[in-house]
Amino acid sequence: MPIKVLMPALSPTMTEGTLAKWIRTEGDAVTSGDVIAEIETDKATMEVEAVDEGTLGKILVPEGTQGVAVNAPIAVLLEEGESAEDIKPEDPPVSASAPVEGTAEAPEAASSSAPPVPVEKGARIKASPLARRMAGQKGLDLSAIKGSGPGGRIVKADVENARPGAKTPASAPAGSGPNAQQLADLLGMAYDLEPNSGVRKTIARRLQESKQIVPHFYLTVECRLDALLAARKDLNDRADGAYKLSVNDFVLMACAKALKAYPDANVAWTDDNLVRYKHADISVAVATPNGLITPIVKAAEEKTIFGISKEVKDLARRARDGKLRPEEFQGGTFSLSNLGMFGVKEFSAIINPPQACILAVGAGAQVPVVNDGRIEVATVMNCTLSVDHRAVDGAVGAEFLQIFKRLIENPTGLFVE
Amino acid sequence: MTEQNYDLIVVGGGPGGYVAAIRAAQLGMTVAQVEARHLGGVCLNWGCIPTKALLRVSELYHTMKRASEFGLEVKDLSFDLQKIVQRSRDVASQLSKGVQGLLKKNKVTVIDGYGKLLGKGKLRVEQDGKEIATLTGKHIILATGARSRVLPGLEPDGQFVWTAKEAMIPEKMPERLLVVGSGAIGIEFASFYRMLGAEVTVVELMDRILPVEDAEISAFVRKELEKQGMKILTESKVAKLDKSKTNVKAAIEGKDGKTQEDVFDHVISAVGIVGNVDNIGLENTNVKTDRTHIVTNEWCATDEPGIYAIGDVAGPPWLAHKASHEGVLCVEKIAGLKGLHPIDPLSIPGCTYCTPQVASVGLTEEKARSAGYSVKVGRFPSIGNGKAIAMGETNGLVKTIFDAKTGELLGAHMAGAEVTELIQGFGIARTLETTEQELMHTVFAHPTLSEMMHESVLAAYGRAIHV
Repeated sequence: MPIKVLMPALSPTMTEGTLAKWIRTEGDAVTSGDVIAEIETDKATMEVEAVDEGTLGKILVPEGTQGVAVNAPIAVLLEEGESAEDIKPEDPPVSASAPVEGTAEAPEAASSSAPPVPVEKGARIKASPLARRMAGQKGLDLSAIKGSGPGGRIVKADVENARPGAKTPASAPAGSGPNAQQLADLLGMAYDLEPNSGVRKTIARRLQESKQIVPHFYLTVECRLDALLAARKDLNDRADGAYKLSVNDFVLMACAKALKAYPDANVAWTDDNLVRYKHADISVAVATPNGLITPIVKAAEEKTIFGISKEVKDLARRARDGKLRPEEFQGGTFSLSNLGMFGVKEFSAIINPPQACILAVGAGAQVPVVNDGRIEVATVMNCTLSVDHRAVDGAVGAEFLQIFKRLIENPTGLFVE
Repeated sequence: MTEQNYDLIVVGGGPGGYVAAIRAAQLGMTVAQVEARHLGGVCLNWGCIPTKALLRVSELYHTMKRASEFGLEVKDLSFDLQKIVQRSRDVASQLSKGVQGLLKKNKVTVIDGYGKLLGKGKLRVEQDGKEIATLTGKHIILATGARSRVLPGLEPDGQFVWTAKEAMIPEKMPERLLVVGSGAIGIEFASFYRMLGAEVTVVELMDRILPVEDAEISAFVRKELEKQGMKILTESKVAKLDKSKTNVKAAIEGKDGKTQEDVFDHVISAVGIVGNVDNIGLENTNVKTDRTHIVTNEWCATDEPGIYAIGDVAGPPWLAHKASHEGVLCVEKIAGLKGLHPIDPLSIPGCTYCTPQVASVGLTEEKARSAGYSVKVGRFPSIGNGKAIAMGETNGLVKTIFDAKTGELLGAHMAGAEVTELIQGFGIARTLETTEQELMHTVFAHPTLSEMMHESVLAAYGRAIHV
């Protein structure tokens, strides 16, 4: 029986790709391991090898076809003694989207009969009976396991080596393929190795955990900064060197006051209870030579702008020197991350567990705004709140942001309560 | 003296070496096969094959003695030992010539001589100690095999104390024979000589014969052999041999320390084998040895890049088919073929051609249990099998062991007529990783001895029909 050559998956997440080039043409004899075609995804180009021996009987998907579904037949291989007549018309080419016009030489039957079949569903997974049973017992999805047996057959050893995490291809752990170093070695890339510091490992672990476990959603608001900048200038002009307030000091204070006014956003999720914090302990992201650390301005809602400013400066300096005490960076009920000084317009931050919210602050920049039907120049700052949906709903987050925005745009509000 | 260059040099032309050479030639390599004595090695010339020729005769003779059971009349049944031996030698010689022909057909250069490594990629070939050629090869496979192990006090002397080699070319039928060691080799000779009428005593150090087999099969076979009149002494050893001009007096010490003395015409020493690692130039390389075996990885590679070892010299199990399979695997790995898998030791079958025959693959029940498996065990006796009864071969047992959790066939153990031919069925089942389901759903032809395999599987799940 003619053997179908199927569109291979270059990665566990690939669902479709482009058939870039046919290396062999119809009528060519091929043996197992011969490169017959090249396929492309947005990430890579790969060679398709023949897994069987025979003659390339018919090319079903022409060169240059985009969006060819994984496991769709792309060609038919004839075994010894078979001819093109042996190719049954019910072997239609299947692609995720239509093949590019003109070049396609699809068999007649394809257009007249049923719509394209979702091949992935029907494709037979080659696995030994023992492997099938063991995968069933372990709750593993065979389609996510790579077979090492003849013709890619999944055997016992493959199931034994598969991790439970391999249940869906998308969540395949980083360890399932070659890691960056192995890949670099494989491809002969030049690099140096730097051992991971403890801080680096902690950052990696906590943030990976956060992105994997915490259901994030994001809310962005534009805040006009003109009034705040004027107030800041006014206050700094009177300082006579005693202090220098930053925009960030105002933002931090606005967060604290907004949380005080609207405590529903000052919470954290646990399986049994919602933890409602009584103070706004604001964690401030500080970049240090060793990596990110978040010292805390505790009960910031009770502090003056001068107190906050002084405390942040002190904490940041000691953070860079690595001299923070654990209680100064452990805890916190809400985080603030500001990349405005780098000119970043806006960004989304990863929640710092177990907190429920983090505010990502972009740069203030002059932009044209429409006010009462007239265009005027204003300084605008974008702030994006990342929210743990388990603890805080969208409307709650939005309401908090509304209060925050009002405080930023009308900074006198910061000082009247 | 010549200097020649090859892709692959294979040292030793036994079932590992010559198969590796042919496979390499098929893959387009230029190959030299160096062999010091006979193509086909011990297996073909002094092992598996000639002994099967002998055992065929003793089995026939044994069956003919039962002629009246079948309604046959045989008068004056006798044999000519010299003709039996000659036939066995003819069989070996025919096959050795066959190997020669196969190597020629595959354009493998055969060099008669003794190979000695001079270092990586370089082999000196000697005849009678004189160098006749220096070969260079990108890859060298050592397939130098093994020889009988010699125990102090049991040194073969060519006269009274035999190794397998002398035992398969007897000039005269011994009347009383002592076999030391009850592995496959010992038991096969014991069975051969016993069936031809010799008084045979088997001495085994362990507590059972065929110690690598499942204990139940060991016990079953022991009972059958004892019924045939064989004397079997387990947990015993030969304490002393006194040779006279005409025979040997052996002192056999039992577990209790008591010694019994007996007189024998010959003693066959079958106490294991040692790998041929000496005098082949390993000292000129980084090849490592462990006792008398070359240390290799799962692809038969030694610690010296470009040098490989297969078969008996690479360690147990000492079986020709393991050597052949390693030869093919090793060569295919060298050639860079994809999709290769190391050999699963539990899928290498073992066969012993005594009467009844013994064959097995995978774990014994004891080993399966000690490995932590919860097992389902099925047994089916030959007496419940129609074909076996029709053949008059009702002494047999098929035992299967499954992992209760996954249904994996962990082991299969058989004794009885033709079981050495049946074991492949279970071997295929293991390689394809079938569970009990597929074996149960397989339609076995009736009437065949193979039906016992089916019934044994059914029995493991309480579903056997004919018991």
